[in-house]
Amino acid sequence: MSEQLHSVSAAALHLSDAELREIDAEIAHAPYRAAVAIDALKIIQAHRRWVSDDSLEALAAYLEMPAAELEGIATFYNLIFRQPVGENVILVCNSVSCWIKDCEGIRSAVSAQLGIEPGETTADGRFTLLPITCLGACDKAPVMMVGDNKFEDVTVERIPAILEHAEGATPG
Amino acid sequence: MSELPLTRNVRPDLSPTDLAAYEANGGYQGLRRAMAELSPADCLQVVKDSKLRGRGGAGFPTGMKWSFVPMDNVSPGHKYLICNADEMEPGTFKDRLLLECDPHQLIEGMILAAYTIGADVAYIFIRAEYLKAAQLLREAIAEAKAKNYLGQDILGSGYHLEMHVHASAGRYICGEETALISSLEGKRANPRAKPPFPQVSGLWGRPTIVNNVETLCNIPHIIERGPEWFGSLGLGEDAGTKLFGVSGRVRHPGCWEMPMGTTIRQILEDRAGGMEEGYQLRGFLPGGGSTDFLVEEHLDLPMEYESIGKAGSRMGTGTMIVLDDRTCPVGFVKNLIEFFAQESCGFCTPCRDGLPWNAQVLDDIEQGRGKPEDMDTLEQHVSYIGAIGNTHCALAPGAMEPLQSALKYFRDDFQRHIDGGACPYRGAH
Repeated sequence: MSEQLHSVSAAALHLSDAELREIDAEIAHAPYRAAVAIDALKIIQAHRRWVSDDSLEALAAYLEMPAAELEGIATFYNLIFRQPVGENVILVCNSVSCWIKDCEGIRSAVSAQLGIEPGETTADGRFTLLPITCLGACDKAPVMMVGDNKFEDVTVERIPAILEHAEGATPG
Repeated sequence: MSELPLTRNVRPDLSPTDLAAYEANGGYQGLRRAMAELSPADCLQVVKDSKLRGRGGAGFPTGMKWSFVPMDNVSPGHKYLICNADEMEPGTFKDRLLLECDPHQLIEGMILAAYTIGADVAYIFIRAEYLKAAQLLREAIAEAKAKNYLGQDILGSGYHLEMHVHASAGRYICGEETALISSLEGKRANPRAKPPFPQVSGLWGRPTIVNNVETLCNIPHIIERGPEWFGSLGLGEDAGTKLFGVSGRVRHPGCWEMPMGTTIRQILEDRAGGMEEGYQLRGFLPGGGSTDFLVEEHLDLPMEYESIGKAGSRMGTGTMIVLDDRTCPVGFVKNLIEFFAQESCGFCTPCRDGLPWNAQVLDDIEQGRGKPEDMDTLEQHVSYIGAIGNTHCALAPGAMEPLQSALKYFRDDFQRHIDGGACPYRGAH
């Protein structure tokens, strides 16, 4: 038990006060600490943009669970990033309704403008491009997201303005 | 024009309805009525009598589902109600409308559902990308709490309920109810073998009901207006209204609330405006990416569980995806199978290994490398992977539905790819 307490407090050193406060708020209504694993990974990601090995190990200790188990969870979910991502994550829908409306053309236009393929980040760290499944706005296909913003009825001609908008909207 | 209860608060500009506006339009009257006059057993009877069926895709009778929750309270502990707001079925965009435009309707429906099954904790499991909806729901929960629609001793009834929003971290499989429960427990979203059913042993081993957003949004109206009224909304066998949607090369893609039993033609032609200029209808998936193709001869069928089932498909989510004559059917199905292969949780072999195999065969055919025997390979997979019971959940059988029906209706297209060594649609867009 004392060993466990020790690891919890050591973990607390790596995680910020703000992160710990938010994670504790989730733990408050969970039956056991490990139950908040996904919420906690998302909290860390909201603060740091991604989940590093150090963050993962610290969180596993804080949630009193094996790091390998937490890694299994983190890598299962496509929106938990275990590699650094850019300031803006671009999600281009590639599911069927957007495919009918040539989402591949949208994807190549983004790639051409930024010089990155899906899974890559621009050298200046501003953008990461990822494919995404159906975003639930199929009547306005093709659809993409840049950060928290959704863009509908996207055309190749609109890509430069969409990316510019995202840069302007990025805080700090 | 008949009544459209689910979208009565949806504004033309799609701005959200806040608590004051919701109440001004009769909101929370169903809850007030239930707290003052109805026992959980009364509510269950009303929902059973309404013949409401689940709007998430499977169409299971909601009242019957709820009736499996033990109500004897012999085993002390929590019971849970979960709203499945993990809308990720390809081509499905109906729950987003209800979540973004009228969050209180969902919350009222959830309180009533939770009261009926005796749940003391409720969760809204919402997909990660629905950021605006998640924020609106959090605000609406706080508003409802301040009015004592949630929390301790709701409206003086002695009933307690707390409600939380859980934003997911991705993966389509989370929409499967037992996978959703695994995910809500903080684990990998692997579906579980049934039985035990979640109604008896669900979240953290406790009785749990998982219902779709649209299903729950019907509850306040059913409790307030009664089962006869609800039944009268449908045009035929099925009760109530339904959100129907159309995407693809139609003039006006969109999502509309219409009576259950509206014909496919009315949805496709009257609402969606028919095909876009220069495109002809080849077929359509009536209810999302995991339903079988239907074709022109089915246009006059009513959108009802039975009629669509008899035609060889499923009503699913009620959101149609249209295949036009300039889009390659093989490419269309390949896109879907690649999606399902990617989204498999990887637990069951037929799904984990079978779906990528199919994706590979379809890619070969689409790229002009198809061999005549590939057709047999696809047929074999359809019969093996498509059979319910070879996998824990319905992801893999669902994935086979568009493929098996494409092999039936668009077989010539597959053959032309193989015989000609190229996709005949390339450059046709």
